[in-house]
Amino acid sequence: MLDFSILTEYFPLYLEGFLNTIKASVLALIGSFLLGTVIAIFRISGVKLLQWFGTAYVEFIRNIPILIVVLFFSWGLPSIGVKLDGFAAGTLGLTVYTSAFIAEAIRAGIQSVPKGQSEAARSAGMTYIQTMIHVILPQAIKLVIPPLSNQFINLIKNSSVLTIVAGLDLMYFSDKISSETYVIFSTYIFAAMFYLVLTLPMSYGASVLERKWAKNS
Amino acid sequence: MDFIGAYSPDNLRFLMEGLKITLFVAFIAIILSFVIGCIVGTIRYAKVPILSPILMVIVEVLRNLPLLLIILFVQFGLPEIGIKMTITFGAIVALTAFEASMISEIVRAGLTSVPKGQVEAARSSGLTQMQTLWHIVLPQGLRKMVPPLVSQFISLLKDTSLAVIISLAELVHNAQIIMGQNSNYPIPILLLIAVIYFVINYALSLISKRLETKTA
Repeated sequence: MLDFSILTEYFPLYLEGFLNTIKASVLALIGSFLLGTVIAIFRISGVKLLQWFGTAYVEFIRNIPILIVVLFFSWGLPSIGVKLDGFAAGTLGLTVYTSAFIAEAIRAGIQSVPKGQSEAARSAGMTYIQTMIHVILPQAIKLVIPPLSNQFINLIKNSSVLTIVAGLDLMYFSDKISSETYVIFSTYIFAAMFYLVLTLPMSYGASVLERKWAKNS
Repeated sequence: MDFIGAYSPDNLRFLMEGLKITLFVAFIAIILSFVIGCIVGTIRYAKVPILSPILMVIVEVLRNLPLLLIILFVQFGLPEIGIKMTITFGAIVALTAFEASMISEIVRAGLTSVPKGQVEAARSSGLTQMQTLWHIVLPQGLRKMVPPLVSQFISLLKDTSLAVIISLAELVHNAQIIMGQNSNYPIPILLLIAVIYFVINYALSLISKRLETKTA
């Protein structure tokens, strides 16, 4: 039933898409981690305006489809003169979308550190920033890693929306192969295998990590 | 940016038609995936021989694939082995397959969270396995499932937008058609459909919070 000649003949195309999918996911993970941390700090800053902005950002982004965020970068921005290629628009969209979820994970992690810790650090003379870096974040990170690893798996799966904006990802090339060969069933099954090679070990690892750290805490 | 032109009555009507399809597909898929997810989750919780390991493999594969690939596979891959569906039906099948696998994990986790002592106590006081599941485990497990279930339903509603790739005439599809007409339309239209999704999903999440505080 499976046509293996597709896999051998079009392996370079699959590989290119596969590598682009990894590239987009890793770039978006780094970007959304940075952006998410900033938003999380906004939300716990105690400054009303920043808090409001952080909450609005997280709630709005979390409740709209990723596709709309990606379309904003690929259709919206060009309409006001900012041109991006499919890969850049898709990766930026992924970054913004994922940052809202990561911000929530980080906020929950930070707020789970007992208040006495930051009070003690502050009264020992540390500044707010020092308290964050030396006392709060190192403890919060333990709680943040498991949801973060789940977000990374989601990122890899979500990166397939790059197809819709011609983002040269794995799904995009699979689509291309299927429209060239008219062998669709096999083409998509092989594409699925490429995705599973990435996601299955990671979700197994994430669940092991989660169980291990749930036991420790 | 042309807000007035983009929000013309014709365009708004066209978007509302898309929204109807989105809500219809999401509604059917939510019901189907909830029912299937509950059945699969319970079978896996009860560790039914043969069935349980088979379902595990299916669930793990589906959960770890991009939904977009499943949608394309159902619509274009399955016809090659003789399974043909209309676009709407195909979208519902793909969404249901993916979301049901997610929901089955939520159900299984919810059931597993009920302390073992409860099951043992029920069984030793003479309840059958089914009775234990129905009267003891489910009522307690369900409470824990409500928040993750609602957020899964919200995901499902958002995920219907991916059916744009098989040209299902849902909200994003219709929005794309309008955006293609005039280069001043994309931002106003994207903003509007984002707000539509936001209002629906945010309302759902508020209801979920209500339920949470009520049942807790």
